Amino acid sequence: MIPEDSHQPGEACVSCPSRFSQLRKLGLRVDDCDHVIALAGNPNTGKTTVFNALTGLRMHTGNWPGKTISRAEGGFSYDGKKYKIVDLPGTYSLLSASPDEEVARTFLLFGRPDVTVMVADATCMERNLNLILQVLQITRRAVLCLNLMDEARANSLEIDVRNLARDLGVPVVPCSARSGQGIPELIREISIMAARTDTPAPRRLPLEVPGLRLALDQVEADLQGLFPHLPQPRWVALRLLEGDREIMDAVLSGDIGALAEPVSAQYNAKESAT
Amino acid sequence: MNTPEELIKKTAELRWQLPQNLHDRISESIYGEAARIAERSITRGGTGRRLAWQQNLDRLLTNPWSAFPIMIGVLGAILWLTIVGANIPSSILAGLLVDKGHALLSGWFIAAGAPEWLRGVCVDGMYLATAWVVAVMLPPMAIFFPCFTLLEDFGFLPRVAFNLDRVFQKVGAHGKQALTMAMGLGCNAAGVVATRIIDSPRERLIAIITNNFSLCNGRWPTQILMAGVFIGTLAPTGWGGSIAALSVLVVALLGFGFALLTSWFLARTVLRGEATSFSLELPPYRPPHFFKTLYTSLIDRTLIVLWRAVVFALPAGAAIWLSANVHLGDQSVAAWFVHATDPLAWTMGLTGVILLAYIVAIPANEIVVPTILMLTVLLTGAQGGAGTGVMFEADNETVHAILTAGGWTTLTAVCLMLFSLCHNPCSTTLYTIYRETRSVKWTIVSALLPLVIGCVLCAIVAFIWRMLA
Repeated sequence: MIPEDSHQPGEACVSCPSRFSQLRKLGLRVDDCDHVIALAGNPNTGKTTVFNALTGLRMHTGNWPGKTISRAEGGFSYDGKKYKIVDLPGTYSLLSASPDEEVARTFLLFGRPDVTVMVADATCMERNLNLILQVLQITRRAVLCLNLMDEARANSLEIDVRNLARDLGVPVVPCSARSGQGIPELIREISIMAARTDTPAPRRLPLEVPGLRLALDQVEADLQGLFPHLPQPRWVALRLLEGDREIMDAVLSGDIGALAEPVSAQYNAKESAT
Repeated sequence: MNTPEELIKKTAELRWQLPQNLHDRISESIYGEAARIAERSITRGGTGRRLAWQQNLDRLLTNPWSAFPIMIGVLGAILWLTIVGANIPSSILAGLLVDKGHALLSGWFIAAGAPEWLRGVCVDGMYLATAWVVAVMLPPMAIFFPCFTLLEDFGFLPRVAFNLDRVFQKVGAHGKQALTMAMGLGCNAAGVVATRIIDSPRERLIAIITNNFSLCNGRWPTQILMAGVFIGTLAPTGWGGSIAALSVLVVALLGFGFALLTSWFLARTVLRGEATSFSLELPPYRPPHFFKTLYTSLIDRTLIVLWRAVVFALPAGAAIWLSANVHLGDQSVAAWFVHATDPLAWTMGLTGVILLAYIVAIPANEIVVPTILMLTVLLTGAQGGAGTGVMFEADNETVHAILTAGGWTTLTAVCLMLFSLCHNPCSTTLYTIYRETRSVKWTIVSALLPLVIGCVLCAIVAFIWRMLA
């Protein structure tokens, strides 16, 4: 018998997708996880299919936008670490606020997931990129899952994955979640991103509006003074400058400070309220 | 500069220094960046063949002239398949569970020397109600749900919503209401939760209140049984199944009509406002994973729904048996109620038994038919083991014979189908409505509105029917 500790995998082994065999689908057992992963993306890009492939759960999928209307949670363990994965309702942007999209927006902004997996429909990347760019304004701890590659190929679309990854500054994994293709690679990228200790700065959009940058800097500084633990102060500042009523009310009532509380407390409160 | 109020004031001042169309300009710069990135990494190699047939199919399914007949045809085909396909397994299950199982269990209780009332409550009450629920509900659900899920996976539902948007727009409701109503065909509680996809509170409330007009799986069996037993038998031999399916289709479409009518009424009166626009992506058609879908919809939907029905049928069975066997004066409790409400029920073309069944079935519509059958047998003593008032056979002829003995006519069946469509939602749905709206007022409106419509509708139909007869 060889003791388990004596086996030191080489570099090639670590990066080999066949380590997929170490994946254990944990279903609903998500207690004491090491990392929280959020699944975000446009409606009907197959987030729930990816979720099911990772957790072994059988959440309902349906071929229409808006099938997932509330958060679903599941877990998997890989390489000795436990991951909790949160399936969010699809959203076209982070600027809107219908009740189902709000769930996604709030979690991405203030739930502070360790890794955000952006699930995109490879057949209509231009539209999907709008949301991806907005998410990247908030976090660079993200992995882009280029789902529905089989359909993209059937529609004779070619996507330069490496080019895209360089432009966005995050790993890009082509997938066909329905048939399970690309899921091992996706898990590997998630685990690498989750293990990173540095916090890469969010990608800043070239907001070519005169005077905006200066105004944002001022409001952001004030926000940090008022709510020192507020995640994503720059995004909140942008919403305030745009006159988002809901965010303004949250600032006035001080509720926005509560968003800086630990995720679990915040969501328990939210769930008992709904 | 230390209070939130000051900060808000400051942002308001800063906003003046920024361009008026700030939101548009931010959106524009995001879109522009997205387009640039996409252009650099994506090349399109001409239109694929797959895209071409999808476009052709879309042309067919979204053209008003072809779309509506196709949609109605597809729904009719599923109903026909359900009615024709469920007949045989239903009678096999009934033979097994109701006939053989009941006799076996009854024998055990007698052999164990159990008192008569215990055998009555457990076997004639709880077991029989449950057996009926399984026999009546399992086969139609096992056919209906997978068919529906396959269509959903294929991408048919959003096209339905797209087509119906025009109609909903006209009555002042939201186009996505079509999707929530489609969810309601499975379960109204699920349909009510699904209304979260509607942004505007006004339109969401309309969608919640009218969701009850989608026949849920608890009511399909009632429709299917009534259509098969009473309306199908009116048709010439060989046409029974098709005529029955057609009549259920008519009721389902009537429900859709009522949903539109109530939406229109609400949008004109208490919930006035303009219909908001929305964007709905038409997803590509995807060949469904046939066996996976079959498995998932059987396990997750059929069995869960069936389980719920069984859980409610157990206590209901006991209650029914007790109500028919506990005597107050010279009559049983059930008989008192039935005789007292018979005149009222008569004006609606129904019977007192049906009204009692609908009260017993408030927790779950699934148990309406078993309750009606059991009550009729218990009260009239018709058929089977005369003394205990328990029925043993379960094919359509026996059901027909039992109900006819209970004073039923074709009018009763028609009115029951209409009343099943229009009455208060089950308690689960009502609770869900309360949870989603947080309003007692709207929950009560959702309960009473369809009930009033149902009573009036049945009374009118009964009146005209009797005038013509």
